Amino acid sequence: MNTPILSDSLIALTLVLLLLAPLAIAGVALINSGLGRSRSAAQALLGNVAIIAVTAIVFAIVGSAFAGCLPGGPGHIFHAAGKPWNWLGAGPFLLGGVSSAPAQSQLALLFEFLAVALAAMLPWGSGADRLRLIAGCAIAAVLAAFVFPLSAHWIWGGGWLSQLGINFSLGAGFLDTGGAASVHVLGGLSALAVIWIAGPRRGKFPKEGFSTAMPGHNAAYVLFGCLICLVGWTAWNLAGAILWLHAPIAALPLTAINTLLSASTALAATFVVTRIRFGKPDASLCANGWMAGLVASSASAALVSPAASLFIGLVAGIATPLLVELFELALAVDDPSGAVSVHAVAGLWGLLAAGLFAPQTGQFVAQMVGVAALLGLFLPLPYLLFWLLNRIVPFRVEADGERVGMDLHELGGGAYPEFVIHRDDSYR
Amino acid sequence: MKYAGLLVMPAGFFLSLAAIVLFADPSQRAVFVVCGLAVEALGLVVAVRGNMPARGESRP
Repeated sequence: MNTPILSDSLIALTLVLLLLAPLAIAGVALINSGLGRSRSAAQALLGNVAIIAVTAIVFAIVGSAFAGCLPGGPGHIFHAAGKPWNWLGAGPFLLGGVSSAPAQSQLALLFEFLAVALAAMLPWGSGADRLRLIAGCAIAAVLAAFVFPLSAHWIWGGGWLSQLGINFSLGAGFLDTGGAASVHVLGGLSALAVIWIAGPRRGKFPKEGFSTAMPGHNAAYVLFGCLICLVGWTAWNLAGAILWLHAPIAALPLTAINTLLSASTALAATFVVTRIRFGKPDASLCANGWMAGLVASSASAALVSPAASLFIGLVAGIATPLLVELFELALAVDDPSGAVSVHAVAGLWGLLAAGLFAPQTGQFVAQMVGVAALLGLFLPLPYLLFWLLNRIVPFRVEADGERVGMDLHELGGGAYPEFVIHRDDSYR
Repeated sequence: MKYAGLLVMPAGFFLSLAAIVLFADPSQRAVFVVCGLAVEALGLVVAVRGNMPARGESRP
């Protein structure tokens, strides 16, 4: 498959956008930290930075070879039912040949570096207040080396999912321009696997009564993180539209508008739902709603109309607070950052909605096949890998670590040394 | 139970994959892909139920 060559102006624009995209990572790091407890805040932020570093190193050495940068690159292909199935990239390890690669391929590689970092930060946020730093880094390394490259190759590197249109006449193949699948659904499902393996925070689900409320320690961090994410997400969606959809400059403003609309309606919907549900709007759930709107837009912003974006954000915003409640109260999933609802579920909804509202015939079936691949493989596979990893590097800190806080236990000092850190009432 | 659920989920994926290979008719494909997703949903429900702490179970 021949990839259209981007003009020099589009390459320059994509580079600028990819320099802004890390703001999404910074925003998610702030949100992760703010939704955790004050006595684990420094460890949470350090973990996010360490995860970015680990994923960059591991992806450069191993993962990039399996991921592939652009359609048409080398890949492991088998033939079945008369069709080629490109299932794994076969590029050089250690970024071999990248210096002589076209700028477009290098930009695609940079996009994947950022994507894998964000995907690996999601399980860390969900394991807040009980996941050891070394375990967070090990999880990130496994994701960057094996799991993310597989999905990235299938979707962005010319793999079989991206070829569904050519091989099976399913629209334009599975489309995920902003990383809803490879970043958010993958990261969110990995977060669920980590939550199940690590278990809930001590005292979260006592034997008697309901689950204990453990609110985030800094709503200002969380909401400011949401604002930063808007900038990063818009840049991310625009860069993805150029790289993976080959969108012309004229189509980019609409992609940015759709991103904003999706987040805005999601926030408004969550605001109303929490106002009705609790009598007052809930700050952290509203932040979750905003993020769910952004995540849903990752799949759809470059493909759908503004009216469709409003609807996509509306559904994401209504569903998110209800799902957060369902996961915590009914299913005993202790997810401090809400990654499962915000990233996995909203990402799946965005991917399906993109197929629903995209103009191409057969696109919805292509999106459903992609969702089937994500759900069917990218929850069991991380679970299996993390289950094995947990035998080598135990995920969970000792009971004392949770009691004194991850900052003191792992770093020897807190994020707020002048504050009195209170023992909470969750230990019974 | 939790492992059984996680094992069922890839089966749903392969059902979806089989649908696009075996059927040329778009509506038949769509129906069988939906069936594959339903199998995955079933596996997910079993996995979630398997990971929920039992009532009265000692928890950390």
